[in-house]
Amino acid sequence: MSSSAPETTTGEAGLLLEGVTLQLGDGDDTVRALDDVSLRVEPGELVAVVGPSGSGKSSLLAVAGGLTVPTSGTVRVGGHDLVEANRRTRARLRRELIGFVFQSGNLLPALTAADQLRLPTRFARRSSSASERPERDPHALLAEVGMDHKADRRPHQLSGGERQRIGIARALATHPRLLLVDEPTAALDRQRSQEVVALLVRETHEHKVATVMVTHDHDVLHHCDRVCEMVDGRLTPASPATPGRA
Amino acid sequence: MFLALRELSFARARFALMGAVVALIAILMVLLSGLSVGLVNDGVSGLKKVPATSFAFADGVAHDAAFSRSVVDVDAVEAWREVDGVRDAAPYGNLLVNARSDAGVDIDLALFGVESDSFMAPEPTEGEPLGDAPTGVVVSETATDEGIEIGDTLTLAQVGTELTVVGVLEGQHTFGHVDVAYVPLRTWQEVKVGASPDDVAAGDLPERTYREVTAVAVRAADSADLAAADRAAGTESLALEESFGASPGYTAETSTLLLIQVFLYAIGALVVGAFFTVWTIQRSHELAVLRAMGAPTGYLLRDSLAQSLVLLVLATGVGVGIGVGAGALIGSTPMPFALDTGAITLAAVLLVVLGLAGSAVAALRVARIDPLTALGGHR
Ligand SMILES: Nc1ncnc2c1ncn2[C@@H]1O[C@H](COP(=O)(O)OP(=O)(O)OP(=O)(O)O)[C@@H](O)[C@H]1O
Ligand SMILES: [Mg+2]
Repeated sequence: MSSSAPETTTGEAGLLLEGVTLQLGDGDDTVRALDDVSLRVEPGELVAVVGPSGSGKSSLLAVAGGLTVPTSGTVRVGGHDLVEANRRTRARLRRELIGFVFQSGNLLPALTAADQLRLPTRFARRSSSASERPERDPHALLAEVGMDHKADRRPHQLSGGERQRIGIARALATHPRLLLVDEPTAALDRQRSQEVVALLVRETHEHKVATVMVTHDHDVLHHCDRVCEMVDGRLTPASPATPGRA
Repeated sequence: MFLALRELSFARARFALMGAVVALIAILMVLLSGLSVGLVNDGVSGLKKVPATSFAFADGVAHDAAFSRSVVDVDAVEAWREVDGVRDAAPYGNLLVNARSDAGVDIDLALFGVESDSFMAPEPTEGEPLGDAPTGVVVSETATDEGIEIGDTLTLAQVGTELTVVGVLEGQHTFGHVDVAYVPLRTWQEVKVGASPDDVAAGDLPERTYREVTAVAVRAADSADLAAADRAAGTESLALEESFGASPGYTAETSTLLLIQVFLYAIGALVVGAFFTVWTIQRSHELAVLRAMGAPTGYLLRDSLAQSLVLLVLATGVGVGIGVGAGALIGSTPMPFALDTGAITLAAVLLVVLGLAGSAVAALRVARIDPLTALGGHR
């Protein structure tokens, strides 16, 4: 398979991991954070990953997002190979193809909600292939996540749930193919958690983006299209209905 | 600049503090530059305005005190005139004296003894040039600020020689922090040996009195072989600029001020570098998030540098403005102080460039931040 395939091939998975292994640490003290992990996420599908602490969930996101190169295996996002790419290219692929939603939003304190959304489009504007896709209007996107009325607020003037919504909108601002979400509800109460995950699912379906969400929160799993479980670096499918609806 | 400007306005208290430090350094820079230009003017403006290219002193004289120690025979003037490429040579005498005017003004003077028909003769803009009269004296405009006027009689301390002010030179002519007064060479030679008017009238001064001068003032083309001329005349010539160091206190003053300025520049660079290093470390998680989002390293570097450039230019501008304002006040006092646009511009540019270098060191940290640290689970 050619590594630099054109980006719009129909039937191309949003995310494709095949036989991915990640060894961490050096010398005798190595850990298999990921052990022969394979995962395919289609556009418009949200996959939740659950598992005990230290099982390798964050490592999975790091590999899928091109932040770390796996020891072996294939990682493709929208048909683009992340393993063969160099640092620069991975940075470019991240800003063009991948959106991250971090634990507590991780917004920039100096920027208003609307500016948070403008910033990633400014990075992406420098890349050639991004120019074909129209930029998303920050206000329309904020309205989509129910935050348009607070577009001029800065993060310290917002609640945790509001920050998380803006974080989601920011991740979507560049039309990503892949959305990687790291414990989005860790800092939220039950009610906000439900809302945020429901929003993520809705956005995933609406924008036909492939989403991987790591979570500890079993109460939100019923929203998700599919649930996988990570144990000691191994990823196994869990049935979607059972864990959440219990 | 998108992020840089928004951060500047968001963290304005912190940046204002940093800007205040840079502005204070800029104020100090302007004042120091004013002081050093003022001191240089006070020390050697009289020499700078002399139409000579070199002074030929006695061979082996101490370079830092050549004007007070050197004694050269007038024959050396002839020897210098003979040299190819030397357009002109004239005897020159230099002596610091005290005088009192008939209006009761006490004044220190640097007596420059010159032949009134030589190229060294002063060209006063007010009054008359030095004529044949042995008692004529042409003074610097700065002496008139002290209360000396054309027509005044100046009596020299100790020897009692009486001189009449005939002309005033335009602008500042000072040497060793005192006003320059041009007198005819013969008069200078008599004062130099301490002859009173009575001694002169008696006519029994030793013959060497009229043979000795401080140096030969030389006007030479660039092509002239000065070393050969020195050998022929038995002198040691210093280019005009080099001779500044031979005026009293000049080297000590300028090198002390230079040292202070170098330290200030170093402090400026370090303070700015330290501030932006701390600022970068504080934001390292944010920066990791930006890198995870795929922000190009070049974008982040440009943004950080643009941020420090804006801060430095604004703060330096404010500092220079205040410094020039304060300098204008100081300039109206008798302190040796002169604001020089070139020197201030240089100081401002250096401060900005060195500050930028300091913040560039901090910006290198931006490039090294690992985007992996943006993920909550890691570290
Ligand atoms: N830089 C590293 N060097 C060595 N080992 C590491 C490194 N980072 C993580 N690990 C190890 O890799 C394994 C997987 O870590 P990872 O952070 O992916 O777990 P996780 O499932 O996200 O855990 P948590 O739920 O606590 O966030 C753990 O055993 C961890 O100790
Ligand atoms: Mg984790």
